[in-house]
Amino acid sequence: MTAKPKFAMYWAASCGGCEIAVLNTHEKILDVDANFDVVFWPVAMDAKYKDVEAMEDGSILLTLFNGGIRNDENEHLAKLLRQKSKLLVAFGSCACEGCIPGLANLSPVGEIVHTAYNTITTDNPNEIYPRTSYDVPEGELHIPTLAKVLRPLEQVVDVDYFMPGCPPESHQIAAVIDLVIKVVKGEAELPPKGSVIGVGDSTVCDECPRARNVKMIKEFKRIQDIAPVDSELCLLEQGIPCNGPATRSGCNARCPGAGAQCIGCYGPAEGVMDYGARLITAFSSVIDATTPEEIDHILDGIPDPTGQVYRFNLAGSLLKANREAWKVK
Amino acid sequence: MTEKIGVYVCHCGSNIAGVVDVVDVANWAAEKLGHQGVVIARDYKFMCSSLGQELIEKDIKELGLTRVVVAACSPHLHEKTFRTAAKNAGLNPYLVELASIREQVSWVHTDKAVATAKSKAVVSGAVSRVIENRALDEIKVPINPNTLVVGGGIAGIQSALEIANAGFHVYLVEREPSIGGHMAQFDKTFPTLDCSACILTPRMVEAGTHPNITLLTWSEVVNVAGYVGNFNVTIKKKARFINEELCTGCGICQEKCPKKVIDDVYEAGLGYRKAVYTPFAQAVPNFPVMDKENCTYFEKGTCKACEKFCPTNAIDFNQQDELINIDVGNIVLATGYDLFDARRVSNYGYGRLPNVFTSLEFERLSNAAGPTSGNIVLRDGKTTPKSVGIIHCVGSRDRNFNNYCSVICCMQGLKFAHLVHERTGATVYNFYIDMRTAYKAYDEFYQRVLEEGTLFVRGKVAEVTDAARYSNERGKLIIQTEDTLAGKQRRIPVDMVILSSGLQPRKDAKEVGKLFGISCSMDGWFTEKHPKLDPVSTMTEGIYIVGCAQGPKDIPSSVAQGAAASARVLDKILQKEVALEPIKATVDQAKCSGCKICNGLCPFNAIAFIEDDKISYINPALCQGCGTCVAACPAGAISGTGFSNEQIIAQIDGLLLRNLEPAEA
Repeated sequence: MTAKPKFAMYWAASCGGCEIAVLNTHEKILDVDANFDVVFWPVAMDAKYKDVEAMEDGSILLTLFNGGIRNDENEHLAKLLRQKSKLLVAFGSCACEGCIPGLANLSPVGEIVHTAYNTITTDNPNEIYPRTSYDVPEGELHIPTLAKVLRPLEQVVDVDYFMPGCPPESHQIAAVIDLVIKVVKGEAELPPKGSVIGVGDSTVCDECPRARNVKMIKEFKRIQDIAPVDSELCLLEQGIPCNGPATRSGCNARCPGAGAQCIGCYGPAEGVMDYGARLITAFSSVIDATTPEEIDHILDGIPDPTGQVYRFNLAGSLLKANREAWKVK
Repeated sequence: MTEKIGVYVCHCGSNIAGVVDVVDVANWAAEKLGHQGVVIARDYKFMCSSLGQELIEKDIKELGLTRVVVAACSPHLHEKTFRTAAKNAGLNPYLVELASIREQVSWVHTDKAVATAKSKAVVSGAVSRVIENRALDEIKVPINPNTLVVGGGIAGIQSALEIANAGFHVYLVEREPSIGGHMAQFDKTFPTLDCSACILTPRMVEAGTHPNITLLTWSEVVNVAGYVGNFNVTIKKKARFINEELCTGCGICQEKCPKKVIDDVYEAGLGYRKAVYTPFAQAVPNFPVMDKENCTYFEKGTCKACEKFCPTNAIDFNQQDELINIDVGNIVLATGYDLFDARRVSNYGYGRLPNVFTSLEFERLSNAAGPTSGNIVLRDGKTTPKSVGIIHCVGSRDRNFNNYCSVICCMQGLKFAHLVHERTGATVYNFYIDMRTAYKAYDEFYQRVLEEGTLFVRGKVAEVTDAARYSNERGKLIIQTEDTLAGKQRRIPVDMVILSSGLQPRKDAKEVGKLFGISCSMDGWFTEKHPKLDPVSTMTEGIYIVGCAQGPKDIPSSVAQGAAASARVLDKILQKEVALEPIKATVDQAKCSGCKICNGLCPFNAIAFIEDDKISYINPALCQGCGTCVAACPAGAISGTGFSNEQIIAQIDGLLLRNLEPAEA
């Protein structure tokens, strides 16, 4: 009935914010409907995996895949959608580099499950934990099995484009949708495979309106412990560990502009291999200390260094995963 | 483009081949790294020999090699050799990579199989890296012919004079009011018993009056910027409160000054000086220094006796510290040593038992110009000792303090024994662990002291005490020691004990090293470039170390090093220009967001911020390629030639054998 190209969107280990960000493009979503045949988008429409499995390979033009690969269901869908899609986009920080769910890679799976089922508000006197299979009169029931670590999409399947952000900014999503529509109409060309799209070419500082000087940091403080925060001056210079200098631009420096430090959701700048390593060397470089004790004292001002410098990037970092693991396998 | 890579594995005699199967490494490289471009892999007895170099040159010409990997020693040793060989054969020298399989493999492993496997990995890393190397051109910069010598002891004076006599200008900086150093405190020098002052002061005067030497005493270097040939040094000239233009050095101010102060430096605490003073009569320069801490005028606002009596109105109470900025091409560090603080060996009683003396105290006691006019007496200032014990190795060769031998203490102890014997006729005991009298005429001196009747006890002294057990020990200091030759414990009562203290690095040696960009050994001595073949150079080109700053040594060795460093400096000056490694950092303007993180970091002030474009810029003429900014740039916008991400990652992949085809587990 229609010759419109097909569009899919899927969420793996993610919060759903990416879907909201797509809807947040307002009337632009109508362009999606006008130009694409939405064939699979669990959050927006009913569809079954078997419907996707029945599709012809490569029949979906564009799939926006958000969320990291945490369990075997995520992995199955990642591989399936890779097979069915011409363009697979790692959409949002989780798919690109693991994001918040990736911080769970600091703990073994057993510990994660134990923690989840033994919170202060969880009454679990019989120590009941989920099992991946369970026999009921109707047969055996399955729930997905957690993997040892959360992997970004690229570590599981080949990815065409990366679109970072937690979530990606709506104006960037709109621009990308526009571009794909133009490509479909033959009015534009796709960027080279592997490109990071919907981003700027520098770092958050490039878009940040705050005044900057040569940095000499005597003390790191949490933003809530500083009153008042200078609204004109670089936050890092005020001792607030702002991740802006290491974070890819594209968000219009939304957080520093609003008075909060950048937490790094747009990931590393182009060509940077390890976001956290870059950031911690940058911070360390501008510490104004003369003795090792003083250095320790200043760095103690960052109570959770991993959370600070790898908040979005742990699963995608050099430390925690091999980027090309999917190739070796 | 596929590179043509030659791999050359050196045996280094048995240095490498004794532990690593070098033939296997070469064959493996040819077989397994062929797909990376390795077209030839050879092993050879000594790659650094002229024949070894010719082998490489021939292959470059005949096989058209575009990259060379030499698996041999550390690049510190022979990188230059092989780069030059490549250059001779028409290949850019920066397309040569050294794989260290000696320092990093054969010298640190004993298991042949493991060492061979590791060598393969190191070679593989170098092959992967060299593919990413880019041809670079050396940068030539002129050398400033002026030299800075830091420290005006005998080593520094010698160094300064050699350079000045060759016709080049020297700035000689000394922290104390006069040059002369420790040697000026001694009475006699071993083994010739020359009068120390008699042989030193002519050199001091020569340095003080030399037209090519600018003497800056009571001064300290506070900042060093730049690099070989082009150092910019800031020197703080501390206020003397004396106008040097007007002062004639007549000494009236010292005579009239009413304030006596214990002289802890020159007189080792045994004598007094005035609040305005020259440390000793032959001081160079002979302008006095006012000791602000102790001057009555500075303390109470009244006195000014010196000002009243100065015939030339040279006293200037308003003088301020002055910062002097100079440009020099080379720097010689002759910062000397500190005497080991004998208080630390508490069982020897120094500081607690009055008649225990340090070696420097004894030097002053025995010096004719010292506080006792050369009379060797007890702490009461009048009693001549009838028996004296001299303890060697105090603070040296002792794992509680310093492991090293301080070199001079044996001879110093023998000299003391001779002087005590000569001047007092007292019975002298020397307590030694091993007698170390190497070098010319030293052992003859030992024989002489033996013949003079000095008694030698071989053994480490356990304790010096005044707690008498027997009647003959009453009122004496008792030296409790093991006599390892007699095989028994002995208690020897004496009137006086002299501790032949060892030498140790200056207490601020680490900071000074940091200031000049050189490193210290575990013990704290400045580290030379090569312990045997380059003892006065450092890893920082243009910075030299001489005398005891490099390690304990006697006067002849200090003088020899002073002269040796000067030869190195003159060599540099006469070359007129120096080739700098073309290792520079550059900013990718598109990636730079102007965060200014790098702006305050450059030790060479090579980074500027361009306000119009809001980005940082690195001046290639000033950049020394240290890499500080490359590491700091959070955006990855700064890269360093020769150390690109591509090179480093390729080398890591190579080391991990990820570059092999098919992949090996």
